[in-house]
Amino acid sequence: MTGDGRLSVALAQMDPALGDRGRNLERHREWVKQAAEAGAQLLVFPELSLTGYFLKDLVPDSAIQLDSPQMRELAGLSADLDVVLGAVIESPDHRYFNASVYFSRGELQHVHRKVYLPTYGMFDEQRYFAPGDRFRSFATPFGRAGILVCEDIWHLSSAYILSLEGVDMIICPSSSPGRGITTDERLGTAESYALVCRTYAQFLTTFFLYCNRVGFEDGANFWGGSMVIGPNGDIIAQQQDADEALVLAHIDLADVRRERLANPLLRDERIELTINELRRVWHERTRKPF
Amino acid sequence: MSAPASLSEPVFPPLQINPELVRKILVGFIQNEVRKVGFERVVLGLSGGVDSSLVATLAAQALGPKNVLSVIMPYRTSDPKSMSDALQVVRQLGIEHLEVDITPQIDAYFARFPDADPRRRGNKMARERKSIEYDQSSAFRALVIGTSNKTELLLGYGTIYGDMASAINPIGDLYKTQVWQLADAVGVPTAIVQKAPSADLWSGQSDETELGFQYRMIDQLLYYLVDRRYSVDELKGQGFDQAFITEIVRRVRENQYKRRLPLIAKLSSRTIDREFRYPRDWGR
Repeated sequence: MTGDGRLSVALAQMDPALGDRGRNLERHREWVKQAAEAGAQLLVFPELSLTGYFLKDLVPDSAIQLDSPQMRELAGLSADLDVVLGAVIESPDHRYFNASVYFSRGELQHVHRKVYLPTYGMFDEQRYFAPGDRFRSFATPFGRAGILVCEDIWHLSSAYILSLEGVDMIICPSSSPGRGITTDERLGTAESYALVCRTYAQFLTTFFLYCNRVGFEDGANFWGGSMVIGPNGDIIAQQQDADEALVLAHIDLADVRRERLANPLLRDERIELTINELRRVWHERTRKPF
Repeated sequence: MSAPASLSEPVFPPLQINPELVRKILVGFIQNEVRKVGFERVVLGLSGGVDSSLVATLAAQALGPKNVLSVIMPYRTSDPKSMSDALQVVRQLGIEHLEVDITPQIDAYFARFPDADPRRRGNKMARERKSIEYDQSSAFRALVIGTSNKTELLLGYGTIYGDMASAINPIGDLYKTQVWQLADAVGVPTAIVQKAPSADLWSGQSDETELGFQYRMIDQLLYYLVDRRYSVDELKGQGFDQAFITEIVRRVRENQYKRRLPLIAKLSSRTIDREFRYPRDWGR
């Protein structure tokens, strides 16, 4: 950032190899190099970028611990620019998390463990992963940020909580398989995600960085469509195709202030009212006899 | 013989597709799933019907025509038109091809079992053809690419370890009416798209006569039953005939075994496909 809020962000819309951490680390190095040469100051990789998505029983073999040499090696990727990447994190008590980690200047800055693990339809995450238990924002050299991994954004409360923490940007690494064929130009999933991401950006007056992967795993395609959305809901940059691509956007974080002056939605939020009403709903639910 | 499938009739709206979007995904699927396991080529049985003509077209676009080997395998009772349609596809796409008449080996086998009914003969031919495809896949250093569509897979209207067998299948999630739309859009000859679907075990055979219903109606019912999970009562509410519903639901249920790997008797604590679960694209 140049000090006035302007920032170059990049999304690595990549195709990780399934269950091959070594090969993926090499690919991460190449994307980091490419993004740095393009002048990016923040580079976002997709969900589970270091391992691939449909890991099944490969989850334990793909995991790394936070205080491991492998993690320090990953932190090294952020020498020249900040990096968000996806990995399987093993806790000291041997629970495995689908996590996205934020590195800055060679240091681990934040870990978000995916809270909402889809286990329906084509998904089976709760069989293999433990759920995260928090949504927390964190400081970056550029402003406050929060991370939500893929399915997390399908729960309104996740983005809402981050917005009340005052984030300037929500970063959403994703491995979304494409499905839903109609006469439309795009898959049903692509339409849905664009709607959700733009709605969050506009409702919560925040930048929204959505990085989805591409490629195929066991016949399922990942549709890409990575996008950078401004706090007014406009798409600033997007890769429409399901090809590997570095999506670059020059954003001005001061747009957050301008947008919140024009639309002071966040100022008018009633946190206490929301908490009270949620508590009431919760009590009423638990009082039901059956 | 039932009326030929006509593209001029309107397609049931939920089953209408954007063919360019589907084509791109399927071409990507073939490129990706073939190359990442170390192959450049595919082999398929080309019958002269719409399913295999469509798969041949997608494969030629994905890998280049010289990396696609089509094997044409007539039996003496096959309709000669099937062979000429298949050769038209070969010429149009510029793909490799090989003709293997399966009559000698089929007749030699059934000389010992002259009472075998048409079903046994048909299944044997389907497996004979598939065994030739697998043998050629070794010679051509190729993967066998499948041509079963979603309608046949759900109805079990195919031969297990025969035409249903393959390494990868690009059209297994497309209903027959969607196959017609895509085939038409990618340039499969209109005569092939429009002709009455047939397993061609004998001249004049028709899928729709054998199944007892038209694909257009079957696909509508399957869409509500499978994709939308309508109950039988809800299907009746959609105006489908009770006997039609009963027959299709029975077929889907009774043929479930054809869509699964063989059952393994469970003994250990980590049984293949039960607790031992790895992606097929393991490390790819």
